[in-house]
Amino acid sequence: MILKLILIELGKIFRKLRTYIGFIAIGVLVPVVQISLYFTGEGYVDFATRNLKDSFIFVGNLLNGYLIAYLILQALFIHIPFLIVLVGSDLLAGEATSGTYRMLVTRPVSRISISISKFVAGFIYTNILLLWLLIISLFVSIIIFGTGELIVLRDKVYIFASDDILWRFFLAYGFAVLSMTTVLALSYLFSSMVENAIGPIVASMAVMIVFIIISALPIDILEPFRPYLFTNHMIKWREFFGDPVNYSEAINSALILLLHIIGLFLITTFIFNRKDILS
Amino acid sequence: MNTEKIIEVKGLTKKYKNLVAVDNLDLNVYRGDVFGFLGPNGAGKSTTIRMLLTLIKPTSGYIKIFGKPLQKSRIEILKKIGAIVEKPDFYLYLTAYKNLEVLGKISGGDTSKKNIMKMLELVGLEKRYNSKVKTFSHGMKQRLGIAQALLHDPELIILDEPTTGLDPQGMKEIRDLILYLSKEKKKTVFLSSHILHEVEMIANRMIIINKGTTQVEGTVDELLNPDKLRVTFEVNDISKAFEIVKLTKWNESFVMKEKNQLVFNLPKNETSELNKYFVENGLDVSAVIPTRSLEDYFLKITETSK
Repeated sequence: MILKLILIELGKIFRKLRTYIGFIAIGVLVPVVQISLYFTGEGYVDFATRNLKDSFIFVGNLLNGYLIAYLILQALFIHIPFLIVLVGSDLLAGEATSGTYRMLVTRPVSRISISISKFVAGFIYTNILLLWLLIISLFVSIIIFGTGELIVLRDKVYIFASDDILWRFFLAYGFAVLSMTTVLALSYLFSSMVENAIGPIVASMAVMIVFIIISALPIDILEPFRPYLFTNHMIKWREFFGDPVNYSEAINSALILLLHIIGLFLITTFIFNRKDILS
Repeated sequence: MNTEKIIEVKGLTKKYKNLVAVDNLDLNVYRGDVFGFLGPNGAGKSTTIRMLLTLIKPTSGYIKIFGKPLQKSRIEILKKIGAIVEKPDFYLYLTAYKNLEVLGKISGGDTSKKNIMKMLELVGLEKRYNSKVKTFSHGMKQRLGIAQALLHDPELIILDEPTTGLDPQGMKEIRDLILYLSKEKKKTVFLSSHILHEVEMIANRMIIINKGTTQVEGTVDELLNPDKLRVTFEVNDISKAFEIVKLTKWNESFVMKEKNQLVFNLPKNETSELNKYFVENGLDVSAVIPTRSLEDYFLKITETSK
């Protein structure tokens, strides 16, 4: 029954126009970045290598598909959640808005099954959206710009050989699945509390923005809170673009995100299970 | 009458903070009943139906459906129920056919094309099967609501004001359909309404609730066609009429006089007899108005609730 419910939920998600906003946004934004870098990317490479040029000679194609994909991932990572919450916020609240909660909850299935199927369907949407981002940003960039060494500016400058890059992207995207699922779980929680999807969209984004601001503010009093902010852990995909890779840091953050997902999902299901359907 | 209880409600109460929406409600629906659940707007009908369908949890009391406690056997019970709760809402971006398919699959019903089309035909929507529900009128949605309620061939059908917002023809079609389901398909129907006349036409048993509590319960015949009627006679000389009635057996049936009207509580067959008596005694009777006390009462509580 769960599988049937998941397929039904997926059918609902992919028949809604708002679902495609994310795909369209990525399909427009990424090519814009690619085109811009196609014409101005050399400037970025010059900036990245300015301190090293006195000591090293750079040869080969530094403005390549890997660099473009990395820059896109870094730039869009904060914006992709907005596309996730558009769907996550609608999963339960959308049923209330359209009045179909009544139809759904009076069927001979448990509310827990409904909650699981909706969340899994949202999770599948999240994965498909990230896969779309991966295809557009990495594979299309490789086709346009070719491959080469990847130069990454973090606390120091890393240069990765071209045959040592692809796996890092796959791990980063695997980590992104966890990050974005946390965002999905957060919006799903808000979705269970209200009867209109707008509220959960705003609330989810507000939580993220507040957490990001708290993380960025150099105020000592906020320091103890930072390890508990999931937004701090969402950016740990960058660990895969270091040498050596700080696996313990990445795994620790992945586990924290996983705990967030499980916790938020359980709270949502608890709320939904006890909810009086008055819409 | 079949004595197998399909719905058994005892002491059902729902409170929202200071508001008591349903207060200690008892009711029984038997197999084969078309049970009229009557009350003015805000009487607690929809709240009761939502509790019967597990949309909301009762504050206290118990509900047994098909002889089983609702909360413990929820899934098993809901498999055998088809329902419309208030106005039927659907996935507007899906077609009528797809909506039935989705809801039917979750209910475990027969979602073959043949069965879905049969249901759409039953409610007169077969030609619009491929239209998105967002293009449907309220009446069409109401009919689609009935189709989805019947798709999995339930034993019990719960309809919450199914004729609301329909034109007279649409109302008649729904009433005919309910009668067909009851008589031909032997379904038990729980029908909520705020229209006494509607319940009278299709139900065999009924309950009237107001402010969440039971006012009366019984068969429609007992409640709406009692042996005695409240009859108002409008006459030209009220004093004379009053005087001559005093000398007759109808003196005991006299209720009140007002302006040029005398009101009696009469056995059905004595209305014409008393009318004849007035005429034979030289009085002009300009109107004889029979009213049923329950109808009067219901009108009163409906007016109060507005």
